[in-house]
Amino acid sequence: MRYLPKSDAERRAMLDAIGAKGVEDLFRSIPEGFRLQAPLRVPGPLAEAEIIDYFRQRASENSIGYASFLGAGVYRHWRSVVADSLLQRGEFLTAYTPYQAEISQGTLQWIFEFQTMACQLTGQEVANASMYDGSTALAEAALMAERITGRHRLVAARSLHPEYRQVLETYAQHAGLAIETCPYAASGRVNADALRAAVDHRTAAVVLQSPNFFGAIEQIPAAAEIAHAAGALLIVAVAEAASLGLLRPPAEADIVAMEGQSYGLPPSYGGPFVGVLATRQKFVRQMPGRLAGQTTDAAGRRGFCLTLATREQHIRREKATSNICTNQALCALAMTMHLTLLGRQGVRELAEQNLAKARYARLQLEKIPGVEPVFSAPTFNEFAIRLPRSVRMVNRDLLADKIVGPLPLGRFYPELTKCGLVCVTELTAREEIDRLAAALARILAIAGNGEPAAAARGATAREG
Amino acid sequence: MSDENIRKARTHVSQSEALIFERSSPGKRGSDLAPLDVPPADPRRDLGPDLVRDDVEGFPEVSEIEVIRHFTRLSTWNYAIDCGMYPLGSCTMKYNPRVNEYVARLEGLATEHPYQPLELSQGCLRILRDLEKALLAITGMDAVTIEPAAGAQGELTGLLLIHAYLQDTQGQPRKKVLIPDSAHGTNPASAALTGYEVQNIRSDASGQIDFDELRRLATEDVAALMLTNPNTLGVFEERMAEIAALLHERGALLYMDGANMNALAGVARPGDLGVDVMHLNLHKTFSTPHGGGGPGAGPVAVKQKLEPYLPVPVLAEDSEGGFRLEVVRPKSVGRVKAFGGNFGVLVRALAYILAYGPGIRQATEDAVLNANYIRKGLEGIYELPYASPSMHEVVFSDARQKKNEVSTIDIAKRLIDYGFHPYTTAFPLIVHGAMMIEPTESESKEECDLFIDALRSIAGEAATNPALVKSAPHTTRVGRLDEVAAARKPVLRWKA
Repeated sequence: MRYLPKSDAERRAMLDAIGAKGVEDLFRSIPEGFRLQAPLRVPGPLAEAEIIDYFRQRASENSIGYASFLGAGVYRHWRSVVADSLLQRGEFLTAYTPYQAEISQGTLQWIFEFQTMACQLTGQEVANASMYDGSTALAEAALMAERITGRHRLVAARSLHPEYRQVLETYAQHAGLAIETCPYAASGRVNADALRAAVDHRTAAVVLQSPNFFGAIEQIPAAAEIAHAAGALLIVAVAEAASLGLLRPPAEADIVAMEGQSYGLPPSYGGPFVGVLATRQKFVRQMPGRLAGQTTDAAGRRGFCLTLATREQHIRREKATSNICTNQALCALAMTMHLTLLGRQGVRELAEQNLAKARYARLQLEKIPGVEPVFSAPTFNEFAIRLPRSVRMVNRDLLADKIVGPLPLGRFYPELTKCGLVCVTELTAREEIDRLAAALARILAIAGNGEPAAAARGATAREG
Repeated sequence: MSDENIRKARTHVSQSEALIFERSSPGKRGSDLAPLDVPPADPRRDLGPDLVRDDVEGFPEVSEIEVIRHFTRLSTWNYAIDCGMYPLGSCTMKYNPRVNEYVARLEGLATEHPYQPLELSQGCLRILRDLEKALLAITGMDAVTIEPAAGAQGELTGLLLIHAYLQDTQGQPRKKVLIPDSAHGTNPASAALTGYEVQNIRSDASGQIDFDELRRLATEDVAALMLTNPNTLGVFEERMAEIAALLHERGALLYMDGANMNALAGVARPGDLGVDVMHLNLHKTFSTPHGGGGPGAGPVAVKQKLEPYLPVPVLAEDSEGGFRLEVVRPKSVGRVKAFGGNFGVLVRALAYILAYGPGIRQATEDAVLNANYIRKGLEGIYELPYASPSMHEVVFSDARQKKNEVSTIDIAKRLIDYGFHPYTTAFPLIVHGAMMIEPTESESKEECDLFIDALRSIAGEAATNPALVKSAPHTTRVGRLDEVAAARKPVLRWKA
């Protein structure tokens, strides 16, 4: 086997050195009845070429060749080959957690740079070395707020990503943390009156997402005022990090939980991504996860090491701030590299291109008879539209045009069955937007004329 | 350094490199976006001035070649599996095959969106199905979720399942989780997150769980025992099946921490040993890269009785061979992570399994062979606190070297000068001055011999020149860092 660096003669020599008759001697502590007699029933062994064939075959069963307008927390953005080639250096890829600082300065320094950029983007004072993703970062932020305030209730906007909300519920249920949901207003933003009414002296934190699940950009300072007036914290989730290239950072928030996937990570059918957790300096000892800090050696040379580890599970065990151990380091490195390549000008340009493309798409789609905006608040690269028909049905027809249409909002919000969430990034070509608009106009016109949609679909559906 | 005993490593030039922010100068850029093909936006007009920032202050401005040099130089300051043996006990630092990186990046896999229609996702779902089947074959369990993002999240998920199962079948989740004193810190931390009280249970003289103590502690308050097998001493818990039977008799469940599955894959199956719930660390046993701390994946495998409680979504197969994701499962513990599992990590793990097939047993045998070979080579030189047979790792202690005030951490740091990454120090907690060594199957006889020679040589130094060991490492860019100062006045980010 090509991964195993031993000949049978070497194995024999090693067994002789140990004084073992055969390799089975080494497993004698496993009671005999439990030792497997038959080979495992798993496919393989495969040569490298066969492995590639297997995965190419699987890839061909997916969506290659389709234009997609899906976002909702997972975004298709430009990724530089520079970052991806650097990322594959074995010294980054195959290193462990940097506990041995003297031979991990590469990892420790980039973590320090990552923490810095996370603060610069979010307007916060301190950030950790990463969480699993945006959703678990948010759940940990909520537990942190409970520890800080000693209060046990959250008020969470209904426009928070529904899957983030579910993860939050999973983590909150055994922490004695109750979650109250706050409705959205006609603007698509959180309903400020309802929020004010829901927050009181028992509230640990207000949880908002911005831009929220509908794409609407929230008014963070106003929400912070409501939370702080009751002595509660404000937690802001950011599911589209690219928005922070031009949006005012949530500096008034006490904790920011961000998904960093947009900067340098592919959609990859849902992961691995990178959770960013940033907060105020004064809360640092309540933070979960690893932190890299600057220090010196005996000769006075600058160096970096993991620090404040007394918060963590390997030291504090059941009294730790979290159970997290493995994080998303390599993904955080991808984000660091990508942000470095984009730089001060690039993050802004990337965000402006998203804004411009989404604005163009919105204008094209809202021209179509029967297509209407759902909400009025300003948006970044995602917006909701209302169709005269079920979005699911329309999407089925769009597949025939090799288009993956808007996310049906009815999947998460029963009152929004005819609404869809459209996402457009800098990678969405104008031609694709025009193609979506044309196809949508055609599909809605056919349906509007009373023809059954299925018949209209019939001719081309098989190609899709 | 001209030490003739050091055969594996020599010092070499190490380039200096400032923080990226210190290398920045206004007006430089490392990338260009394709020109915009629609009318440009005016953020202040489109969004209103209140919602727009001026700038991301302090962000770096550097060119492409500077980015390349910055990260390349940083990379050379790291030790890595690709450089040599990384014998961290319980971390299973094995070779990370490059083809796994290649396939995870394929168009049609890396490019896929978790919300795209199922009919355009069958390839992704088939990969997940094939991985699930392989993991079930290896563990001997009945059902599996691939959603947890890492081992610790797998533990949390497993305990949520136990909680839900007991609540449902016994009307209450019970109060306590038993955890051996040799366990990883994540075990008690995960139990606490699930609302369980942690009751420690001690190990006996053989390094295994004290069965009499277990009999005494396994009361009707106990929901489960979390057991790592082989345990963190590298010792197989020989009474595992009896332990399972005792727990089941008392209405409790057996959770297995699969961190050390590299000792069992292809040789024995936890499912056969009575385990009810277990997690696997795909970034350990199944070779997905550690990447400086992650990402990982922590699938949780269960017996049939726990299947109804698995987190959503659950992968299901229809009669025509198509796959779908079930999200409506009334008894489910909910969702532990958005957008399903760490798919890219799962792809790599399946590629690893496919490369070996049933031959994964050979990898396990080689891992155990290496650990025992190293044990033999160091016996008599370092103190072996438990004489029980070793599986994939061996734990020595610094008891002999301590007489010269040389501790496990000193020996570990001196190993760096010899060209090796240190072993795990000071863990498990039940061994004072522990030296926990896990070579994995990825090391040749030659690399094992060099490692044995290095540790024998260091033992000699500890006897004749302890100061040399205590001040190690001597060859690195920086010496031992002042961790106390780092924690007392934390500097956690760069500022202009």
